Amino acid sequence: MSSDDTEHGAFRLAAILGVSLVVLVFAVAAATAIGDYRIGLGTVFLSVTNELGLTQADIAPIEQSVVWNLRLSRALVAALAGAGLALCGAILQALLRNALAEPFVLGVSAGASTGAVCVIVLGIGAGSLSLSLGAFAGAFGAFALVALLSNGATSGPNHTILAGVAASQLFNALTSYIVTTSGNAQQARDVMFWLLGSFGGVRWPDFQLLLLVVLVCHAVCIWMGRALDAFTFGDEDAAALGVPVGRIRLILFGVTALLTATIVSMVGAIGFVGLVVPHAARYVVGPLHLRLLPACAVIGAVFMVVADIVSRVIADQQTVPIGVVTALVGVPFFAIILYRARPQL
Amino acid sequence: MKVVAENLVWGVRNKTIVSDVSLNVAQGETLGLIGPNGSGKSSLLRLLSGLKRPGSGRVEIDGSDIAGIPRKALSRQVAFVQQSAATDTNVTVRDVVRLGRTPHRSALAGWSEADETAVATALERVDMTSRKAQAWQTLSGGERQRVHIARALAQDPQVMFLDEPTNHLDIHHQIEILRMVRDLDLTSIIALHDLNLAAMFCDRIVVLQEGAVRATGTPDVVLTQSLLRDVFRVAADVSPSSDAGRPHIRFKVT
Ligand SMILES: Nc1ncnc2c1ncn2[C@@H]1O[C@H](COP(=O)(O)OP(=O)(O)O)[C@@H](O)[C@H]1O
Ligand SMILES: [Mg+2]
Repeated sequence: MSSDDTEHGAFRLAAILGVSLVVLVFAVAAATAIGDYRIGLGTVFLSVTNELGLTQADIAPIEQSVVWNLRLSRALVAALAGAGLALCGAILQALLRNALAEPFVLGVSAGASTGAVCVIVLGIGAGSLSLSLGAFAGAFGAFALVALLSNGATSGPNHTILAGVAASQLFNALTSYIVTTSGNAQQARDVMFWLLGSFGGVRWPDFQLLLLVVLVCHAVCIWMGRALDAFTFGDEDAAALGVPVGRIRLILFGVTALLTATIVSMVGAIGFVGLVVPHAARYVVGPLHLRLLPACAVIGAVFMVVADIVSRVIADQQTVPIGVVTALVGVPFFAIILYRARPQL
Repeated sequence: MKVVAENLVWGVRNKTIVSDVSLNVAQGETLGLIGPNGSGKSSLLRLLSGLKRPGSGRVEIDGSDIAGIPRKALSRQVAFVQQSAATDTNVTVRDVVRLGRTPHRSALAGWSEADETAVATALERVDMTSRKAQAWQTLSGGERQRVHIARALAQDPQVMFLDEPTNHLDIHHQIEILRMVRDLDLTSIIALHDLNLAAMFCDRIVVLQEGAVRATGTPDVVLTQSLLRDVFRVAADVSPSSDAGRPHIRFKVT
C-alpha cells in the first residue's frame, strides 16, 4: 500500500474496525446485563470469566446461568446474524449492481416462511429443529428458483430482481393459502411472529453453527473481494479484466443463499440490515470490497445487537419483533446517509 | 503480438451477425475497423477479445487459440475498451484505473510498485493525473472515455481492442489518444466512426458490411469514392493529402 488515498482508506478501515469492535464488546455486555431481570455489569463479567475457567468468583448460580446460557449466547448470535446479513447485502448489491438488492428482495424470506408454515401447519416433522429445517429448505428453494428463473443470474441484474419479486409473490401466496385453508388463527399468528424475527430461544449450539458458517462465508467473500470490485462496470467488463464471471457468480450466490438460509432458519427473516448496513459502510470506507466487507460485518454486528437491546426495552414486559426494530431504527439512519451521500452537484 | 482470426461466425437465433470474418494483424500494427451502424464492429471486437465465443472459427493471439487460454491469463495480454461504460458506484478515477491491475494481482496481494507505476503512467498518458481523486460519476463523457483508456493501459496489454474510443472526445483528445495508441508498442484494433481519423492513424483498414469483410488494405486502397457510396451511402471527394497513403475525405451534399 503505497499511495496516499490507499493509506487513507486503510486508516479509515482500521479506525472503523477498532471503534466497532470496542462498541460491539460494550453492546454485547449491555445486552447481557439488560433484561426483565437486570444483572450488574460486574456480575456479567465475572460470570463469563467463571464459565471460561479464569476466575472462581462467588456468583449466584441462577445469575451465572442466565448470563451464560441465555443472554450471552443470544447477544453473540445477534452479532453474527447482523454480520452475516450485512455481508449478504453487500455481495448481492455488487453482483446485481443494484442498490436495492438484499437477500429478502430475492424471495428468500418468502421461501423460508413457506417452508416454516409447511412444518407448523401441515405438521411435517416435529419440534423446533424441523421448523428450522423447513425454513432452511424454503429459503434455499426460493434462491434456487430465482437463479433458475433468471437463467443462472447471467441475464442481467434487473432480470434477477424481477425474478426475486415473482418468487416472493409466489411463496407469499402459497403461505397465505396454507394458513387460510388450515383455519387456525393461532398458527397464523405464530408464523407471523416467527417471521418478523426473534432471538429468543437461541443457545450455544446455534452460536457455534452460525459462527462456523459466517466465518467460512466471510473468508470466501474476502477471497473474491477483488473480483467483486471488477463488477463495477458490469459482467462483461469484469470478464475483460480477467474475472471468471460465471464461476464467481455461482459461488457467491451459493454463499449468500447458505448464509441467509442459516440465519433465517435460526432467527426468522430480519429485514433491512442487509440493505442499510452496506450503504452505511460504503459511506465510511468507500466502495472497494476488501475494505467494505469487513466493515459491513462489524457494523452489522453492532447494529443487530443494539436493535436486540432496543427490542427488549422499548415496550414494557414485551419483546417487540426484531424486524420491527431494525426498520424503526434503520430507516431514519438510512435517511441521514442518503441525504449526506447525495452527489455534490 | 499477432492476432489472427479464421472464418469467425457468430449470431443470435437465426440471425447471423458476424459472417465468415478472417483477419491477420501483425505485431505492432494499428488496424481500423469501419462500417455503418450495426455492421458488426462491436460484435467482432468481442469475438476477437474472447468476451464472446464464436459459433465457428477461431481466434489466435501470438499463435495460440484464445479458447484454450484461461480468462485471467488472457486479460494480462489483451485489454478491451468498451463503447460506453457506466456504473452507479461512487468510485474515484484512480479506483477505476487501478481495476486495470486486476489480472496482474492475486486475490489478496498488496499493491506493488509495479502496480503504482502502471497506474501513474496510464493516468499521465491520457492527461488525467490531476483528476485522479475526482469521482468518476462527475466526469464528462470524454473524460470517462479517457479514464477507461487509462485503465486499459494500466492492464499493460500487448493487444488492445478499442470500441469507438474517440466518440465523446474533443478534437484535441481524439488526435492525442489515437496518436498515443498508434505510437504504443502494441497491436491495436480500433473500431472508428470518423473515416478521416481512420485514414490518419491506421496502418490498415477493414471495412465491415452486414457482418462480412467488404474490403481490407491501406487507407488509400480502401477509402475510395465508390466504396464510400456503396457501404456508407455518402457522396464524397477523396483527395490525396500531404501524408502519402493517407487520403483526405470531404463529404458532399448531393
Ligand atoms: N446479443 C444480440 N442480440 C441480438 N442482436 C444483436 C446482439 N448483438 C448485436 N446484435 C445486432 O447485431 C448487429 C451488429 O451489432 P454491433 O456489433 O453492435 O454493430 P456496430 O458496433 O458495428 O454498430 C446489430 O444489428 C445489432 O442489433
Ligand atoms: Mg458498436
